[in-house]
Amino acid sequence: MVKKRLIPCLDVAGGRVVKGVRFRSLRDVGDPVELAQRYSELGADELVFLDITATLEGRGPLRELVERAAEQLVVPFTVGGGVSGREDARALLRAGADKVAVNRAAVDEPRLLTELSDEFGSQAVVCAIDARAGEVVTHAGANPRGRAAVAWACEAVERGAGELLVTSIDADGTRAGYDLELTAATAAATTVPVIASGGAGEARHLAAAFAAGAEAALVASIVHERPERLSELKAELREAGWPLRS
Amino acid sequence: MSVVLVDYGAGNLRSLSAALARAGVAPIVSGDAGTVRDCSLAVIAGVGHLASAARGLAPVAGALRERAAAGRPTLGICVGMQLLFEESEEGGAGLGFLRGPVRRLRAARVPHMGWNTLTLRRPTVLLDGLDGADVYFAHSYGVEPADDVTVAVTEHDGAVVAAVEHGATAGVQFHPERSGDAGARVLENALAWSGAWSRSG
Repeated sequence: MVKKRLIPCLDVAGGRVVKGVRFRSLRDVGDPVELAQRYSELGADELVFLDITATLEGRGPLRELVERAAEQLVVPFTVGGGVSGREDARALLRAGADKVAVNRAAVDEPRLLTELSDEFGSQAVVCAIDARAGEVVTHAGANPRGRAAVAWACEAVERGAGELLVTSIDADGTRAGYDLELTAATAAATTVPVIASGGAGEARHLAAAFAAGAEAALVASIVHERPERLSELKAELREAGWPLRS
Repeated sequence: MSVVLVDYGAGNLRSLSAALARAGVAPIVSGDAGTVRDCSLAVIAGVGHLASAARGLAPVAGALRERAAAGRPTLGICVGMQLLFEESEEGGAGLGFLRGPVRRLRAARVPHMGWNTLTLRRPTVLLDGLDGADVYFAHSYGVEPADDVTVAVTEHDGAVVAAVEHGATAGVQFHPERSGDAGARVLENALAWSGAWSRSG
């Protein structure tokens, strides 16, 4: 049986981690690959690097980061944030990212998902969907797109997305738990793995997301504040009977 | 020992190249037919579609056949393992070193994505010490061997072939370069397996 995954998400800009991560044991706490390796040692099943600059000008440092991560990490990683189109996504995958997460660019031009999955395989194509009250939003929540998140998830899968990263903008940052309704509806309507995102505060929140049908759970601020929390979360979930990797 | 990581334009080889170097031998990344034919171990990687991978691999297919005929070991990884087999349901065909088709996985969730447990069907140098280990899978298609070449399976709504071995031809469906310590062990084992073939040859 495939194991449930815990996926720390690191926000990067200009090739550096930009907020919130507190590793006392590392001298250079701003280096994403060092941080990622530490998370990997603490049991991260996968990692996400989210480029929050979201501008093409900053992509040089990001590509260098992806190349180093590809060489040094021993768990898979996804790169996302401001992927503007096919050339941008291709460059990141060619630099060595295992997967690329496409958000607004896919909403604007859904055919992008098909082109990327034709070239790299659907396992490399994550459709990131931000939702508020069940509606797709883009530009960090600023732009409502007049489309039901679950309907868009279904279309994204038909077009070639191999995984869905579903973030509830309502729940994000609250630490009050994932949006279980959104997670369950997306998982029930589609046949690819769903990663729940936004709102993780405690192990029971991750367990609830798994119970709702998520294959994986994204964690950010709770592990950035105290990275060792990651191995504690895994221990608590294992204790509760969830299948996690040994 | 020399290792060639076959470069046929399909995807990025950076991760696997670095992982092989950590396992003990930095590979030559090359699409040159002579190099592919003569190195003591050839590794075929690949992600995505078998049909496009097979097209890319065509220029070195002859070299791979020659090395197989000479008893030199070849290891396929992920789509590289599928390329060792015959026709694929998604179109295209592999090298046919092993008999059987490549078919879309029949499971509730496809791709089969994430860490899953290896169950060994028989002892093998390649997977020594890895019975019960969790390794990382990311694939939508799987091989259905016609012969008794399966050395390990995993469970995803039914048995999924995780590793095959027949003579000097072997393959793993998972990604050793992305499978932590267990994956590193697989690559170390692969070098030992290859070394044993070189000595016997």
